[in-house]
Amino acid sequence: MATRAPERAAPPRRPGGKRRLTARHWRHTVDVKASPYAYVAPFFLLFCAFGLFPIGYTLWVSLHEWTLLDDEHTFVGLENFRVLLADSYFWNATFNTLSIGLLSMLPQLLLALWLAHLLNRPLRAQNFFRITLLLPNVTSVVAVVVIFSQIFGRDFGLINWVITSFGFDGIAWRDGTLSSHVAISTMIMWRWTGYNALILLAAMQAVPRELYEAATIDGASSFTQLRKVTVPMIRPTIAFVVITSTIGSMQIFAEPLLFGAYTLTGGQDRQYQTLSLFFYENYMRLDFGFSSAISWMIFVFILIIAGINYLLTNRMKGSIR
Amino acid sequence: MSHPPRRRAARLLVPLIAASLLAAACGGGESTPAPGAASGGAAAPAEPVKLTVALFSDFHYGPLYEEFKKTHPNVEITERRAQFNDHHNNLVTQVATGAGAADIVAVEGGFIATFREVADKFHNLNDYGLGSRQSEYLDWKWQLGLSKDGSQLIGLGTDVGGLAMCYRPDLFKEAGLPTDRDEVSALWPTWEQYVETGKKFVAAGGKAAFTDGPGEHFRAMVEQAPVGFYDTSDKVVVGTNPDVRKAWDISVSMIQNKLSGKLVAFTPEWTTGIAKGTFATMVCPAWKTGVIKDQKPGEGTWDIAAVPGGGGNQGGTHLLAPKQGKHPKEAAELINFLTSKESQLTLWKDASALPSLPALYTDPAVADFVNPYFGDAPIGKIFTDAAKALKPQYTGPKAGDVNVAMGNGLGRIELQGQDPEEAWKQAVADSEKIK
Repeated sequence: MATRAPERAAPPRRPGGKRRLTARHWRHTVDVKASPYAYVAPFFLLFCAFGLFPIGYTLWVSLHEWTLLDDEHTFVGLENFRVLLADSYFWNATFNTLSIGLLSMLPQLLLALWLAHLLNRPLRAQNFFRITLLLPNVTSVVAVVVIFSQIFGRDFGLINWVITSFGFDGIAWRDGTLSSHVAISTMIMWRWTGYNALILLAAMQAVPRELYEAATIDGASSFTQLRKVTVPMIRPTIAFVVITSTIGSMQIFAEPLLFGAYTLTGGQDRQYQTLSLFFYENYMRLDFGFSSAISWMIFVFILIIAGINYLLTNRMKGSIR
Repeated sequence: MSHPPRRRAARLLVPLIAASLLAAACGGGESTPAPGAASGGAAAPAEPVKLTVALFSDFHYGPLYEEFKKTHPNVEITERRAQFNDHHNNLVTQVATGAGAADIVAVEGGFIATFREVADKFHNLNDYGLGSRQSEYLDWKWQLGLSKDGSQLIGLGTDVGGLAMCYRPDLFKEAGLPTDRDEVSALWPTWEQYVETGKKFVAAGGKAAFTDGPGEHFRAMVEQAPVGFYDTSDKVVVGTNPDVRKAWDISVSMIQNKLSGKLVAFTPEWTTGIAKGTFATMVCPAWKTGVIKDQKPGEGTWDIAAVPGGGGNQGGTHLLAPKQGKHPKEAAELINFLTSKESQLTLWKDASALPSLPALYTDPAVADFVNPYFGDAPIGKIFTDAAKALKPQYTGPKAGDVNVAMGNGLGRIELQGQDPEEAWKQAVADSEKIK
């Protein structure tokens, strides 16, 4: 959308004298200068109330010994952060978050690319396939996790049934670190692959057809075209998908919570407790000071990741130019 | 770009929509009156009074409200329900912020200690004459409704969750153990004998495990001890209380003797296992019979025997009146009515809520009640015996969290193969960190 104020036709001259002109002029100036702010104001007001203020207030809370039911909140400075950074469970949750994030993101991206590539050619019932891609995403996350928890069940799960029917031992998916991460990553991939594929597909359709025609004449296979034409052309979109899914992976919550049948520690050994779940565990103990410190650390992590992404995308833009 | 009028219209429309959304958002806040403050003002007896009651499931109070209105025609009662966890979390927020709580709220046993900490946020029911009902109640149930120093009465008990041991006669038969519930109860007066029975069961070499997992057993053992996770000054004494260590050691021996099916309650494997018979016994509070039935294992598949160690309780609810409520007198009267002997008997018949008034335990409706789904087990007698036998124990504010930390320790031994002593140290350290 254009942000520039559109030009107005010059006011028709009337024999009304100078005063009237000034008033009109003044109104015009106000309109041009002030109304853009008025238009964006609703968003920023809401953002301040529900975005900026909570972020600031959370910081304030994190500097206190603050439990919900206590009326007294003692100022403790950075004590909560000191305790947090020395807490091995916090770093364990950080590791789990990164591990689940990577395990879900890499295959997800490749799969999304491949799916988008498949859909980016003339197909019968194209819209049907595209809508189908989005279906897992509109399914309630609770339903997804409940079904997948059954599939990954130890005693009666579908996967273990297949494994054991080949004569191998079943896997206790919940009990191992890697196995539980794989299970949770699968749920995330199930929900988000199609969504990302659609975004990539939209970008692919903006790639000029001539490039593909030229490549076909040069004898490039479909895979080579994907690698050498499509991917370089949609790099900014890939970067966008990576950024959004990294930030999304910092907030993985419902999957591990429900996978563990509503246990807040994410397994007996905290083997799949993510940062959000670690936050929630402390929040549920009504320890608001400490949990505010956790959410601020998550915020800092997201800032760092966004910063890295920003640098990478900038470099990418440079290389395209 | 070729349709300037349309664009101008859009320019006007966008902020308009945004503004109306904003107005709607604000308006929504204004038009909802704070519950409880609705009728406001000091009400003379005849003036109409609106009471709200917040529950976490259907307590089957409907007919009782009608009964109450006969003697209190000026009182109008509205009931709100929310999901179990949401209900209690909401209540914490409402109590902390001083707004939004109902006139009467239900608080389950796992949460009551949290609210006893802030007794001054609730009406003292002693002021409304309810202190006189102490003699009717199970002692430990009454204690749970008192403030920490015992000076204030913040809640009256509704039901209790007497403890039993559910078992599968078919699997017991395969293992050559008795199947009759009295003989089964006689197998395990103590937890050590329960473990011995389990060893015999395992030695018979069946495919099923003797029990689901050690977590619930551990909890039951700790709750039977005179002192649990906390001392009366709210200090976590897990590391020094010999009874906790004893419960831990028995639980570990259950793991080491392969009695456990390595199952955690309420996971899919566990619920499926109830019907499929992957384990033969489980610790059973009264309400768990409903969970078993939901899995449709078939009539008579599960039976109910006494719990080892003599009695126990899990769950059960209190009714409290938050101080923000404007009609404490009427609220107290309603609480008194809902927890009365007659009401509790009605609720036992309608909703299988086990009464907390021992006088009712000899009432034929309770004492002679048998459940055909559990092989005609006299569940009224089994569960009330357990509730009667329980000695009151001081429950600390975060006993639930400590229990999770300890249970996780046992889980690490059996599922991640952690050394028992390591697991103990870590579990104790985790518990002591809970503030």
